This record gives sequence, structure tokens and C-alpha cells, in this order.
Amino acid sequence: MDFNDNAHEAAFRAEARAWLAAHAPAHELVPGEKMPDTEEADRGRAWMRELFAGGWSGLTFPKALGGRGLSGSEAVIFSEEEGKYHLPKGPFTTIGTGMALPVIARHGNDEQKARFIEATLKGDLTWCQLFSEPAAGSDLAALRTKAVRADDGSGDWIVNGQKVWSSWAHLSDWGILVVRTDPAVPKHKGLTFFVVDMKSPGIETRPIRQISGASEFNETFLTDVRIPDANRLGAEGEGWACCMTVLMGERLGSGAHRSGVEPLLDYAAATPDGHGGTMLDDRAVRQRLAEALADEQGERFFQARLRTMVSKGENPGALAGMVKLAYAGRYQATNGLALELRGLAGIAPDAGDTATGDVQYDYIYSTVMRIAGGADEVLRNQIAERVLGMPGEVRMDKDVPFEQLKG
Amino acid sequence: MNFDLSDEQKMLGEQARALLGDLSPFDRLRSLIDSGAEWDEPLWRALAEMGFLGVTIPEEYGGLALGALDLGVIMEALGGANAAVPFTSSIILATEAIRLAGSEAQKAAWLPRLASGEAIGTFAYAEGPGPVFATGAALEGGKLNGSKSPVADAGIAHVAVILVAGGGFALVDLDQPGVTRTRLDSFDQLRPHYRIDFADAVAEALPGTGKLDRLIDGAAVQAAFEAVGAAEACLHMARDYAMERQIFGRPLGGYQAIKHKLADVAVATELARSNAYYGGWAAEASPDDLAAAAAAARLSAIKCFEMAARENLQIHGGIGYTFEANCHFYYRRERMLSVHLGNRGFWADRLLNAQPGSQTKAA
Repeated sequence: MDFNDNAHEAAFRAEARAWLAAHAPAHELVPGEKMPDTEEADRGRAWMRELFAGGWSGLTFPKALGGRGLSGSEAVIFSEEEGKYHLPKGPFTTIGTGMALPVIARHGNDEQKARFIEATLKGDLTWCQLFSEPAAGSDLAALRTKAVRADDGSGDWIVNGQKVWSSWAHLSDWGILVVRTDPAVPKHKGLTFFVVDMKSPGIETRPIRQISGASEFNETFLTDVRIPDANRLGAEGEGWACCMTVLMGERLGSGAHRSGVEPLLDYAAATPDGHGGTMLDDRAVRQRLAEALADEQGERFFQARLRTMVSKGENPGALAGMVKLAYAGRYQATNGLALELRGLAGIAPDAGDTATGDVQYDYIYSTVMRIAGGADEVLRNQIAERVLGMPGEVRMDKDVPFEQLKG
Repeated sequence: MNFDLSDEQKMLGEQARALLGDLSPFDRLRSLIDSGAEWDEPLWRALAEMGFLGVTIPEEYGGLALGALDLGVIMEALGGANAAVPFTSSIILATEAIRLAGSEAQKAAWLPRLASGEAIGTFAYAEGPGPVFATGAALEGGKLNGSKSPVADAGIAHVAVILVAGGGFALVDLDQPGVTRTRLDSFDQLRPHYRIDFADAVAEALPGTGKLDRLIDGAAVQAAFEAVGAAEACLHMARDYAMERQIFGRPLGGYQAIKHKLADVAVATELARSNAYYGGWAAEASPDDLAAAAAAARLSAIKCFEMAARENLQIHGGIGYTFEANCHFYYRRERMLSVHLGNRGFWADRLLNAQPGSQTKAA
């Protein structure tokens, strides 16, 4: 066991650090700086162009497809070093690199790979994900958006339906889309996967007004949207396998968030307890924050174990969901605790108390962490079934044609 | 970075599990309780024969000079079997205290005997209700006076390291007229605790000072390995029972109420294991990080074993409340492990004290 870099890793880190020191500062955001979404996305593209020009794009992506073909541990080292700068990265860049590229690489044909991969790595193309629907979330395969062949003999597909929770769809160039093409077979078997130009006629994105006050998610309406058959990924009916490729990427990526127990220690220490000390002197507060800190460290070191598995060519499978499950619950619990620390001022802070504003935002946002990318309950099922080997859920819909299902 | 045990460490863990599987089955634990036994002496001899007692003892004193992670995999196996041996008292605490704070002569006198299992040691720190690290007992002019209670495994120990006034350690031979040992009614029926009264007992100081923190940080990491092993044993016991037990026409383990509970136990156990690994690594390779690593390992180990011991018994239902079932061994040991070496609040303070700017005011 060794937490330190080996000689090869140390050399790679030094190389990454030197390149970042020369190129990253010009792209950094000023903390707290507010800017329109469009500008944030443009600055994200500029950073991706810089990474591509410097040879730091697609680190674990195969060389033959324009990546560098490096190991997972090298990618981790680069992301650790990159994370030291406050760079414009977000769903507008990571959906492309973390979701669209893996599915195109695995299920796309040569023409599709040539068309999309390099352009995405460079930041010329950004992506959104058109998966969830109002009635298909954790049970994604219940989706109803449908595609039928155009009756003009072109082979094109005509898509109708509604997608939801598509981050940054309003500013994305392309979307990855899963739709139902055959309602006469059981639900997982009748799905087909497409890439779709978001400027196609018939696509309308509307921002969702979220409980946080922000609107980074959208609902996307597809009305008679025409998609050429050349934009189909994989065979008809192979849509579920494509989704699994995408969702594995989402799961492995979801553990990477930093949780921020340390800022909450500072927050407690900056809150008077009315007896000449601070809330960080309170035994109950100390115990709860310390336990959260222990959990956070456990998540980080568990993540390190998973990365070691990946670097040895082992597949962590459902173990990867453990990090997200632990993180999301703790994130909500600790920010909820923090909101109790300042008494009534926690719910209506004085102007200028930005720290309380951050805690409030995190407490609101933590709810989405427990739902997105595998809801707590879905992850618990997966852990019980795939890690502990317990029975699967009773399924009423397994062998029933989709069109005969209730609902 | 390579955050995994080595192949040798994995093999060592397997050897320990195999030995314990042969010699310390649950029926053996039941018969030890029924006979009021102090310990499982044949198991201790077998552990000694395998060299497990001397894993971290330097070679010149008859040990194997391996590290905290090697010791950890053995502790994990001992926790899994709920073994009735004084490994923590004698090896993790007494031996380590002598290694850290003892003079050359004291080490030469005791370490080889402790490594071979011929002598058994214990570490006496608590003095009744209150903080577990108490310093009322005093060593003056070679005479030890005061009381320590409770002290694990004191009935079979030959020698004890005593936490005394001033925060130092005294070394005392327990077989002498100035020492009175009284067996207490111990919650963990497989880990007898004693009250020891010292009346002008002949004792000598261990010359090293300021070693308590290092001693208990190292022990906390090992206790975390023990708890993780025990939690995993509970998790598997509960899972296996739930898969076998039929209820309302299908396996109990098919219900989400059971699946989700055990998934949560599994997550807590893996986080605790990860913190224990880091603690074991830090003990050897990054001593400056040990205080925080040990406290985090201790807190998450207490949490996972508490969940696992309780839910294991709960999932068994009524049979879990019987002596014939095996849940109770862990249910009792869990409480003992959660308070020995200091409870959650104690380690929470230590974890925050290791963060810049978060020290206790009173400290």
C-alpha cells in the first residue's frame, strides 16, 4: 500500500503541473464571479480547446480515437492537479467527455466516431443528455418518447415526446437521446439510441424553475423532430445497452465531488455560542461534525481503493455507487446541521453573511444529489443485489409488451 | 498510488481466518461462556505458534518486525471470529507501550516473552466511571498505589502497564502481594474485566514520556480493523440468514426493508475499512497524519459495527435473542469495543483537534 506516487506517476504529475502552471491561470474564474450561462459555457469551451491543444484531452480514451490511452491513475493525477485551479468546468463540458464520448466510442460506427469525437474533445461540440422523462426517472426504461420511420422512404426517424432534467440543454450543440421504437416488445427491448442536433426544428427547451432558484436543468419538448438514420447509435432495439454505457460513466464520475465538511468547521468556529466561545466548542456539534469528517475521509479513501481496482483492470461495478450514496446523505445532513448553528439567523441571515447563503444553497442542492445519477433507493438495491448477492426486486413488467403495461 | 493490501498481507489475513475458523467456531465460544473461562488458551497457543503475536515486535526481541497493516489484517480476522484471546490487551497495548516507552532492559526482559505468548500483558488506564484515561494511581519511590478498573484480561495477565499520575507508564508484575485482582461482571462475556487495587506494589517506571497519544492512536487503528472484521461477519451472517429464511412465500432477503438496511451496513463497513487502511498506512509511512487518521478510523469503525451488530440481531428476529444463535457475541462485544480506548465523543474531539483551527477551547 502506498499513497505516494511511484516514479512514473511522479514524473507524470510534474509534467501536468508544469503545463497547468503555464496555461490554467489565464482561464481561471474569480470565486463568486457571476456571469451569464452563455459566457460560462464559452469559457468552458475555451479551456477544452486549450486542453486539446496541449494534448491533455481524452486522457483515458484510446489513442486510435484521438485520446492519449493513459491509465485511470494518470487521469486521477491530472484531475487532482487541474482541481487546484478554479476552471470553467461543468455539465456543459463533462456530459460530452464523460457520457457522449464513451457511448459513441463503444456503440458508434466509424463515420460517427470521426464526426464527433475530436470535435467534442476540442470543445467545438457540447452535449446534453435526453434520457429522463416526467414518468420515467429511476425506471428509465418506462420512457414514452417515441420514434417512427418517416413515411417518405428517406429512412429518417420522426421523434415525439418530452424529456426532462437535461442539464444545459439550452446551450448544448448536440444531445444523446433514447427513445422507444418498438412498443410491441417488453420495455427494455424496444429502445433505440440517437445523437440529435439540438438546433433541429421541433426541439424546444424550457428552463425548469428549481427550488434552488437556479435553472440549470431543462425540459425538452420534441415535436415531429426529424433525425437521419445516420445519427442512430447501435442497432434498433439496442438503446438500453447504450444507456448502460452512459450510466456507468455517470456513476463512476459521481463520487468525485468534494463535500466540504471543512468549511462547516470554519462556519461553526465563526458562530458565537453566547458563552464567550463558538459553536465549535459545543460537544454535540463537535461530535456530529467529526463523524461527518470521518465519513468524508472514508469516502475519499474508498474512492482511492476503487481507483486502485480500476488501475489493476478490475471492475468496481456496484461498489462505485457506495461513494455517491454515502456522500449525498452526508452532504444533506451536515448542511442541515449547519443551518441550526446560527439560531434564527440561519434562516434569515444579515446581508453580507455569504457563508450562511452557501450553507442554505448546499442544503437545497443536496436534495438533487440524493436523486440524480442513481437515487439512494436505486443504489441500495444495486448494492444489496450485486455486492451482497441478495434477490432482485419482484418485477411485474419484465416480459410484458410495453404497450400492454398499465400506467 | 496503490491503495490496496499487498498479496502477502492478504495471504496473512487468510491464514488467520482459516486458523480461527478451525479453532474458534461459535460452539467453542458458547462453551467458554458456559464454563466461565477466562480465555481460549489453546487458541492463544496456536496464534503464538503461527508467529501472529510478534508481528510488529522487532526481530531482536523475537518478533517478525512487520507493520501496522500486517497486524491489522490479523485483528480483522480476530474481530470476525469474536475470538476470546487477550490480543488487544497484551499485544496492541502492553507490548506496544513497552516498545514505545521501555528501557533497553525492560524491552529485553519482556518483549521476547510477550512475542512468544509465554507472558501475557495488559494495559490499565480507566479508574471507574469518568474519562477512560485516568491518572489517579501514583508511582512513588518504586511503590504503586491506587486502583484501576475495569482492566481487560487482568485475570490471566502476568504484567501490566499502568497509566499513572503525570501521564507516564508504570510496569508492574501482577503476581505479588501488593496487587489484588477482583473479577467484575463483564458485559462482553468473552472478555473478562477486573478491578486491580495496588497497595505499595513494587513497580518501575517506563522511562519514555509522552507516549500515551502514540499508543492509543496506534491502538485505535487496530481496534478499527477488529471492528470492521466483526461488522463484516455480522453483515454476512444477517445476509445468509435472510436469504435462507422464507417469509410470506419468499426469502426474507428479497424485501427492500432488509436489502436497504444491509446495503447501508455494507457502505458503512467499506468506509470504515478504507479509513482503517489509511490509518495503518499513516502509522508506518506518515506519522504526522496518524492522529487524524486514527480518530477517523475509530469513529467510522464504531459506527459500522454498531449498525451491523444491532441489525444482525434484528434481522434474525426471535431466534436472535437466544443463546443458541450467534448474534449475541457481537452484540455484546460491540458495546465493549465502542467504549474501550475512549468513546465516540473522545475521538470526535481528537479528530477535530487534529484539524487546524478546530481545537477544543478547554484543551
